Amino acid sequence: MANMSYEDSKKLVYKGLVLLAVVTLVEVFFSLLGKGHVIGGLEDITWLGYLVGLILIVLSLYKAYYIIYEFMHMRYEVKGLALSVLLPTVLLIWAIIAFFQEGTSWKNRRQQIEEKDKQELKEDKAKEELEGMRMGKTIEFEYRG
Amino acid sequence: MATTDSVTETQETQEQQGGSWKGGEAPFKASYGKLMMWYFLLSDAFTFAGFLIAYGALRFSSPTWPVPDFVFSTAPFGVHDAPLIFVTIMSFLLIISSVTMVRAVQEGHRENKNGVVFWMLLTIIGGAGFLGCQAWEWNNLIAVEHMTVNTNPFGTHTEAGVYLDAEGNETDETFEIGDSYLIHKAGGGHGADHGEGDHAEHDYSVGDHPGYVVNEQGFLQRKFLVTDGPNEGSVMAQQFGPKAFGALFFFITGFHGFHVFSGVVFLFIIMINAASGLYMARKNGHEMVEKIGLYWHFVDLVWVFVFLVFYLL
Repeated sequence: MANMSYEDSKKLVYKGLVLLAVVTLVEVFFSLLGKGHVIGGLEDITWLGYLVGLILIVLSLYKAYYIIYEFMHMRYEVKGLALSVLLPTVLLIWAIIAFFQEGTSWKNRRQQIEEKDKQELKEDKAKEELEGMRMGKTIEFEYRG
Repeated sequence: MATTDSVTETQETQEQQGGSWKGGEAPFKASYGKLMMWYFLLSDAFTFAGFLIAYGALRFSSPTWPVPDFVFSTAPFGVHDAPLIFVTIMSFLLIISSVTMVRAVQEGHRENKNGVVFWMLLTIIGGAGFLGCQAWEWNNLIAVEHMTVNTNPFGTHTEAGVYLDAEGNETDETFEIGDSYLIHKAGGGHGADHGEGDHAEHDYSVGDHPGYVVNEQGFLQRKFLVTDGPNEGSVMAQQFGPKAFGALFFFITGFHGFHVFSGVVFLFIIMINAASGLYMARKNGHEMVEKIGLYWHFVDLVWVFVFLVFYLL
């Protein structure tokens, strides 16, 4: 900032505007492409969905980098300041991995429980049918007790 | 005790020289206010990250999730089926207001009072425009589409099938696994916008009907015949989407919107101060403008990620 002329830094700002706008438009285009709005049927291709997701995350991280380094002038700060602000966010990488894995395991557990419930329901029905003949006796027994 | 004494002594000598204890040195060559703004933003980033990671975990834990380009496909002035267009305009508003903020900071460095006020005013207009757009979006979701923090009418089909009409006969409306639907509220005219005409003549009392179920809240869950898979031949009703979606959406975009709102308020106060010449008198290159600028860019930065997880992915 300090070693740049006023005109140059003004130009840099409008370059940033164009850059962020274009990246945002590209993001929206890829998002709609992955959901099958641009070319129909693409939403059924699984690997394309993952690829589009990856592209979107990379582009968003690039936008974040540009905002922090150019607009917030992190580029012109002392290295120690940049590190002390940016390094702690590295912890989030582990948080993301851990919580997303946890979420997936909740889903799997719920599915397991649903499947088991269905099985038990079937077994109960089968038992009832088998013991159907003895039903009368059981009720009599319970009545005495 | 001896150690404490010597510490006090050193402290006193340093204070006499205006040393570290008296703020004689600026850590990282940044002023106190700027440094603390950076650390506040870091802590705020963790708050937002916590929210967004919770969103991710709940999304991963749910067998289906509302598709954003279906949920966010309406825009003002009666525009329908325009996926993500309105929210892209909202993003542009924030980007533009971020750029005008950079210009305000630059003019501040040149001690150009009028330039600072002009560019800050444009920034405030951009922020207010974003808030207006968000108000419209929330109103559309709450009043028109009836989404609340614990009701999510945006569902996803997990079976392929064909819808039934009010009498329980098959229609020609078929759908595939993964197709999205919005559960409407029963009543006259609700079908007008999706080409089914007015069906006010039907019985919409709460309970089970041949072609639909009306729940206590008045939502009309249409019935359909499954045409494929293990449940083939059975009749089922539309189910509500994952409950967490509404709460997450309103809390996270609301928290961000509140940041934008407080940003606009602070921008306004600082603009008035700048106009009064307060920062000219301080002769520090309008540092206050630079600090609120950091906050304003951060709001834009958070939107990059809210936009990513809620609307793009």
